[in-house]
Amino acid sequence: MSDPPILHIEDLYKSYQDSEIIKGISFVVQEKEVVVIIGPSGTGKSTLLRCINLLTRPDKGKIWLEDQEITAPHTNVDKIRQRIGMVFQDFNLFNHMTALQNVTIGMTRVLKMKSTEARDKGMWELERVGLSEKAHQYPAQLSGGQKQRVAIARALGMNPHIMLFDEPTSALDPELIGEVLGVMQKLAEEGMTMLVVTHEMGFAREVSDRIIFMENGYIVEQGPPKKMFYNPELERTRNFLWKITELYGKQEEKEQ
Amino acid sequence: MEFLQNLLLLFRYLIAGTWVTLGVTAIALSTGFGVGILLATFRVYGGAMLRTIAALYSLVIRAVPVIVVIFILYFVIARFVDLSPFLSGSLALGIASGAYQSEVFRGAILSVPPGQMLAARAIGMSRVKAIRYIILPQALRLSIPPWSNEAAIVLKDSSLVYVIGVAEILRRAEYVSARTLQPFIAFGAAALIYFSLTFLTNRALDWLEQRYRVLM
Amino acid sequence: MDNLTVYLQRVGPDLLEGMIISLELTLVALSLGVLVGLPAALARVYGGTWVRRLAIAYIEIFRGTPLLVQLFIAYYGLPDLGITLSRFTAAFITLGLNSGAYQAEYFRGAIQAVGSGQMIAARAIGMTRIQAIRYIILPQALRLVLPAWSNEAISMVKYTAVVFLIAVPDLMGKAKILAGRYFNPIEMYLTVALIYIFLVAVATWLMRTVENKLQTPGLELEVERH
Repeated sequence: MSDPPILHIEDLYKSYQDSEIIKGISFVVQEKEVVVIIGPSGTGKSTLLRCINLLTRPDKGKIWLEDQEITAPHTNVDKIRQRIGMVFQDFNLFNHMTALQNVTIGMTRVLKMKSTEARDKGMWELERVGLSEKAHQYPAQLSGGQKQRVAIARALGMNPHIMLFDEPTSALDPELIGEVLGVMQKLAEEGMTMLVVTHEMGFAREVSDRIIFMENGYIVEQGPPKKMFYNPELERTRNFLWKITELYGKQEEKEQ
Repeated sequence: MEFLQNLLLLFRYLIAGTWVTLGVTAIALSTGFGVGILLATFRVYGGAMLRTIAALYSLVIRAVPVIVVIFILYFVIARFVDLSPFLSGSLALGIASGAYQSEVFRGAILSVPPGQMLAARAIGMSRVKAIRYIILPQALRLSIPPWSNEAAIVLKDSSLVYVIGVAEILRRAEYVSARTLQPFIAFGAAALIYFSLTFLTNRALDWLEQRYRVLM
Repeated sequence: MDNLTVYLQRVGPDLLEGMIISLELTLVALSLGVLVGLPAALARVYGGTWVRRLAIAYIEIFRGTPLLVQLFIAYYGLPDLGITLSRFTAAFITLGLNSGAYQAEYFRGAIQAVGSGQMIAARAIGMTRIQAIRYIILPQALRLVLPAWSNEAISMVKYTAVVFLIAVPDLMGKAKILAGRYFNPIEMYLTVALIYIFLVAVATWLMRTVENKLQTPGLELEVERH
């Protein structure tokens, strides 16, 4: 690889009050890679994502976005965040704006695009997630899956170099999960670099290039899905994945 | 017959005062609005010093009767600037109202879900932009009901500036009462007019609330 | 410091007298407010059509007009109808009725917050409406209303200030007289402001202590006024 990786994390530490949530995490994400992070709840996966776009400041460690060290002092954090897209578990759509306005507000106010340009691009992004006919609806009028897809469009509107997904389907009713995963899969096929925290094992197995298993603030093991699911190196990994796969596997069998 | 004629004259004279009352109320509410939003933003987003100053302002002014605040500010303003009683009274009322309005806006800002700020920062907005385009618009809509309450209070408190000589409804009623020696009718009429004003204002603000409701 | 002592000696006694009157007004107004407000709230929630309408009229009129106008009507206007009240009586009654209207709304909010399920359950075990109100609804409502009522109590200290405009010698009234005597309005009113801040602080402390003593888990309600 001659190009620098999109994301490089080195030796990250983060504590809240007395407990250490992230205990020395290092890894790399290459361009166009889809990396999925799995692990038991509360092991710092969300905190990790928030450190990456500096919504939370890590206590120790360095992060590089392409060739820039974003943890260096005097970095323009707002500018950095323009290059990182984030999708939240709770969607966090701007309630006082329509779907289209949610997508274009970043374009007009942050990227300083002209409103006509922004509107066109906004409609294009909504089209991309399959929601162009909902452009003028308010978040309160949308279903959970639709809200999340608008949130994805909003993040895409900023032309990010990498997309972070923080348990994007965990707050959704089961029948709505599919539409969001479908959009995410499409993005992956289009070549977007993605870092996804999720419990959706089907997605992890089919779409990811690499799976990272995190527990208690450490990376336990990482590797391509075939290896992680069928031939992991560590017992712990095998146990976790086996348990989860059994749970989800039964569900998938039922659906078939 | 003469009684009815007098009654009509009385009403016309009092209603002329309505414009003054509304003027005082409008100036006071807008001054208070500006002060209130500023203070509320300081208290939620400011550094330690701004937060303390804003909190102290709010606490001290709200602990003093409005009439006392009006008196003090009227005399203080009079020492430095030559303003009409109308303006100094309205501004004084506005400065007092600002403290109460800051509590309304502060509550509203704090009611905006924290995820909104996160999402705004996540797409690269600076703190100031996020407050301006995402937080405040929602906070303002949330604040309409308690603010309507405050607006009604300011409308009624506008009667207090009669003391410093502003020719609003109450002062005119007093004048009429002194001239006609029929205070009950004079003040009763004034009460009726105030009642209509508060009634109409409440209806108008209810409509505003319906129109701009934010559904979460 | 010498000036301060002289100043205090000059104005102290009068201001103290005024303060006591203000406190009297506060207490009487609050009590009258409860005596009128609670029945008005009950009338509004449980009364028949005409009783309810009467209660609503009372509440809307007293909340929809300025306190000062009400004071003027009571003191200057009523004699026209043959009812002459002393300044003090006019002040007590007007403040009381005015507060009663606002308190009625707080009580109403609290009563409604208790929930219709409580009334249904009480009737289901055979209580009459009145028994249900007395033993089940009111005890809960009175606890729920506490925060809003404390606010009103604390604010009452401030509301009484306007009675000086019908020449009642309360704190503000004394201040005005002293300001006229010594030509120092700003100092007088600032002093009075400080005294009010002190009184409000004491009232706040008092009400918070009462609230803490009467805390019941599961019964909280927030209403805002001044």
